[in-house]
Amino acid sequence: MDYKEILAQYRDLPGGIIEAFHAIQDEFGYLPEEAVLEAARGFAIPVAEAFGIATFYSMFSVKPRGKNVIRICESAPCHIAGATEVIAALERELGIKMGESTSCGRFALEFTECVGQCQGTPVITINGKPYTNVSPAAIPNILAEYKQA
Amino acid sequence: MNNNINLTIDNIPVTVPKGSTILQAARQVGIKIPTLCYHPDQAVKANCRVCVCEVEGSRLLQAACSQPAMEGMVVKTRTPKVIEARKTILELILAHHPQDCLNCIRNGNCELQDLAAEYFIRDNPFELKRRGLPKDYSTPALFRDPDKCILCRRCIDTCSVTQSVNALGLQNRGFETMVVPSMGLDLIDSPCVMCGQCIHACPVGAIGEVEEIDKLLAALADPNKVVVTQIAPAVRVAIGEEIGMQTGELPMDVFVAGLRQLGFDYVLHTNFTADLTIMEEGNELLQRLNEGGTLPMFTSCSPGWINFCETYYPDLLDNLSTCKSPQQMFGALVKTYWAEKMNIAPENIYSVSIMPCVAKKYEASRPEMDDSGYRDVDLVLTTREIGRLFRMSGIDFTQLAGSDFDSWMGAYTGAGVIFGASGGVMEAALRTVYEVVTGETLQDVNFTVTRGIEGIKEAELDLAGTTVKIAIANGLSNARILMDQVRNGESPYHFIEIMACPGGCIGGGGQPITKANTKRVERIEKIYAEDEKMPLRKSHQNPEVKVLYDEFLHEPLGEKSHELLHTHYHAKNKKYL
Repeated sequence: MDYKEILAQYRDLPGGIIEAFHAIQDEFGYLPEEAVLEAARGFAIPVAEAFGIATFYSMFSVKPRGKNVIRICESAPCHIAGATEVIAALERELGIKMGESTSCGRFALEFTECVGQCQGTPVITINGKPYTNVSPAAIPNILAEYKQA
Repeated sequence: MNNNINLTIDNIPVTVPKGSTILQAARQVGIKIPTLCYHPDQAVKANCRVCVCEVEGSRLLQAACSQPAMEGMVVKTRTPKVIEARKTILELILAHHPQDCLNCIRNGNCELQDLAAEYFIRDNPFELKRRGLPKDYSTPALFRDPDKCILCRRCIDTCSVTQSVNALGLQNRGFETMVVPSMGLDLIDSPCVMCGQCIHACPVGAIGEVEEIDKLLAALADPNKVVVTQIAPAVRVAIGEEIGMQTGELPMDVFVAGLRQLGFDYVLHTNFTADLTIMEEGNELLQRLNEGGTLPMFTSCSPGWINFCETYYPDLLDNLSTCKSPQQMFGALVKTYWAEKMNIAPENIYSVSIMPCVAKKYEASRPEMDDSGYRDVDLVLTTREIGRLFRMSGIDFTQLAGSDFDSWMGAYTGAGVIFGASGGVMEAALRTVYEVVTGETLQDVNFTVTRGIEGIKEAELDLAGTTVKIAIANGLSNARILMDQVRNGESPYHFIEIMACPGGCIGGGGQPITKANTKRVERIEKIYAEDEKMPLRKSHQNPEVKVLYDEFLHEPLGEKSHELLHTHYHAKNKKYL
């Protein structure tokens, strides 16, 4: 599906550009420049404003990134529970640093604030799905299912 | 029904119309409340918080710029709590500001610097954190220094609401927030038209004109160069503001004498080519009316407007008058006609224009502007830059005897003078076109309907039985309204004057920092007062323009005119609109 088709679905919705950006990002993993330009045209707002929306929300990325977005909670409870070790394990397993994407385009590593799963710290999410009580040893298993997909 | 509100501010009773803010009420009784993001001609933003006050019964401090006055309200603006809060707000803003005042273009004319002084900021407890953002010198007209930005968003308001250019927006959120050109690119890649209105909107030094004073100093010091200057119509009324005088106070002949003190070899006037523009553009209009040319015809004096048309209305470029702006007509003539008349080798002439405008810097740099065989205009300095030079040179204008303009391109009429105000080009054209068409002498030259800062003005004129409909817009959001009419085939007009800047050139991006439209109105009044005093007030009466046609151009729209005084426009094909 191209940007125009996705955008058309949300054009009549109040504040629809945010929904449209989510849909585009689900499809492409990030918001490509052409998508932001097309959204500005589609919603009849200046490019400067569409870009402002795309960069205001931390869940949107205007830079290319890996298809499977892994977010690690950097809030205090996860930090105390050992998020630092989980981060080290993820970086080691994927061979990238936080904020980077793997060269194969399969994974991206990002920080997030609390995702509301403090009963099972430390927490990571992959494409929005939470994994609780994550230990460094569990990382290879968790990643395995995404490596195949 | 009573539409008034009674309140007290610092124990002073105030009555204001319903809907007024605390800030407006305070100003009415002479109580000064500090502001940064507030701008008198813009919507309330309330993001800087420096205007906070105590309101009795309210637990939190209230922002005076946004809080409506209410019946019986008791406001305190000078309590220890208020002063402490304002100081902390200023300290936090300063902790994110480079504090590089001595090297700043706005040193001595900065709202943040003023407040830091007024609130005696001494030992800022917050650690200075510079963002380390690069400066943007991508345009030849204006620069951005985002490190100095205090995120008040006044520039965004001016760019998008007043001008509808939409070059600026926000990127990111929280501490990461930045004001950026479209898509975070360089200004030159955004739809920026270089009008420079953002410079006036900026309370600090985050945006300014590209300064080129050093180039002038080098030319003045070069014995082989004959440095010739032209002064734009809107400069004189405002230059006084740069040198401690009132608006319009510096007499023209003393201004000329001051320029001679700086070392200019010849002082000439853009008003001369403003009169010439009327001869060419007036005849172009008549030709289009008589021969079925593209109508409505748009004026083409304002380079910010030209950039806007090339950016947003490339389908309407045929409507633009082919006349170059007075600056560029001057440039093309000074190295041909004038050089010949003065017996000066054109390659030795260094042509400097003094402009109320930053887009003129870009216009002079356009590759096609070399019809004289040389760069037609070598250097463009703004009113502010000339003000800096005057201050640096220490000239005492109260002691200076006046001096006349030099010959052959220095004479002008009142019609040239009023080019500096919105509606002036139209009025000047009407004064001449009327007499050319009817063959009668115009009894009252004042077409007052064209005057004033109102966004869109329109009128009808009877020209020997033909009704000519005209419209005038200042500020590009007003221009957009007229352009959309033309694009949709709904424009009833024959002739449209557009000035990019609110109020016309008197409010140009190169003028002394203009904090409110009231200052623009004041300058407009001084322009028409100057016109009233001129012995000649119609462009076709300009004796030196007559000589120019007799000896050189021969006729308006003739071969020589087309070679030197007319131009073509190009679609900008900008991607990030």
